[in-house]
Amino acid sequence: MSAIEKQRHILDFTLSSLGRRKSKNIALVTVYTFVLFLLASVLFLTDSLKKEAALILQDAPEMTVQRLVAGRQDPIPKHYIDSIKGIRGVQSVAPRLWGYYYDAFSGANYTLMVNAELNDPTGRVIIGAGVARRSAAGQDILPLGKNDVIPFKTYDGSVLTLKVAGLLPAASELVTTDLILVSEADFKKIFAIADDYATDLVLKIRNAKELATIAAKITQLHPDSRPILREEILRTYNAVFDWRGGVILMVLTGVFFAFIILAWDKATGLSAEEKREIGILKAIGWETSDILLMKFWEGAVVSLTAFFIGIFLAYLHIFLGYANLFEPVLKGWSVLYPNFRLTPYIDAYQIATLFFLTVIPYTVVTIIPSWRSATIDPDSVMRM
Amino acid sequence: MQRKSDFFLSFVIIGLLLVGLMFMDSAVSRHLDREVVRERREIVRVLSLTDLSLFTEARYTRHPSMADLHTPFQDHPLSLDHFPSGAIMALPPHLNPLTRQ
Repeated sequence: MSAIEKQRHILDFTLSSLGRRKSKNIALVTVYTFVLFLLASVLFLTDSLKKEAALILQDAPEMTVQRLVAGRQDPIPKHYIDSIKGIRGVQSVAPRLWGYYYDAFSGANYTLMVNAELNDPTGRVIIGAGVARRSAAGQDILPLGKNDVIPFKTYDGSVLTLKVAGLLPAASELVTTDLILVSEADFKKIFAIADDYATDLVLKIRNAKELATIAAKITQLHPDSRPILREEILRTYNAVFDWRGGVILMVLTGVFFAFIILAWDKATGLSAEEKREIGILKAIGWETSDILLMKFWEGAVVSLTAFFIGIFLAYLHIFLGYANLFEPVLKGWSVLYPNFRLTPYIDAYQIATLFFLTVIPYTVVTIIPSWRSATIDPDSVMRM
Repeated sequence: MQRKSDFFLSFVIIGLLLVGLMFMDSAVSRHLDREVVRERREIVRVLSLTDLSLFTEARYTRHPSMADLHTPFQDHPLSLDHFPSGAIMALPPHLNPLTRQ
């Protein structure tokens, strides 16, 4: 009998043996599939968000300069622009005016940002898709559209009504869902920011190699300023969605170890029926190595079944189901949440990580304790 | 009669094909989404945006890259982070004393 044929016979026998304890094994595969589904979903989601962020934030400002007062970000005086422009290598410096607005009507936080194109005439806004949806939420009206109005409560308690001039493209929702673009005059009416101040400054640099030197020169020139490089923005999103850190991994590790304990318990606490089976097999001439091989195939069948079903369901969940199950977690207490379809980014590394984190440990954990039962005395087992 | 191992081996082959299909779908979607990504990049460039609008509940989760060192203590010096998304996102490296260069 060839080696392959021998393995197939053992596999046939293992599958029949698994079939005899159908309900127990179906329950095990279901739990295992769920663990894999969760792990794969987190991995697919975080990796895709990371790659998406790295792609679209490539065009973020090369350098942003903030001013810190008593450890907090504070409006930056516009006269900083002249001195920063004087630094060799700085191509341009532009002030940005932006801030947060809490809308008591919808309970949502909006990001208000000045856009020069709305300066003439004033009184108009361009809104993100999330803002349009939220303003209509809970009411029997359609989402906000062109020519609708949004009331804003200004710093002195009066109400400023601005007309919707347009909506930001739905495709950009991942970066613009809570964004409201306003004119400079309207922004100042709402927040009373002095004319000679901006929220921060954005810089264009001639040579990317000089970024660090220019940042050092800016802090030397204005010790209360804090330059943030584009590279730091990109690294932020690389770290923010790192699934190997933070609470996500803690929760998943807990789930996974609970599952390993279950598998260990199943493998060590053999039922009388399983012990009898091993006893009979040894009595009819099976060797210890054959029993271990059978246990290996048992582990492999259970874990491969769960592996394939788990990762396929996770792929459908994240990339076709818009990560629906994770939405409440990602949403937290936010009222606005972007509707976005992630571009699927999967690679061999992810699949290999999942395989080595689940299939290998499970197969090992079931095979090691089986050694004890495989060396059992057939006579004593059959007398039980 | 078909052997049970045939069923299992067929299942493994189908599983491998599904994994292959996932890779294919990923490659095709990436190709088709090029225009959407280009549009998102353009908006980021034109509006000088710095962050994803994924967590809109607090200012330091809305703009993590623009946050300062003290944001989790925004209410008073002993007020630790209490927003749910603050628990699932890691600290930006440039604010982390251990990874800051």
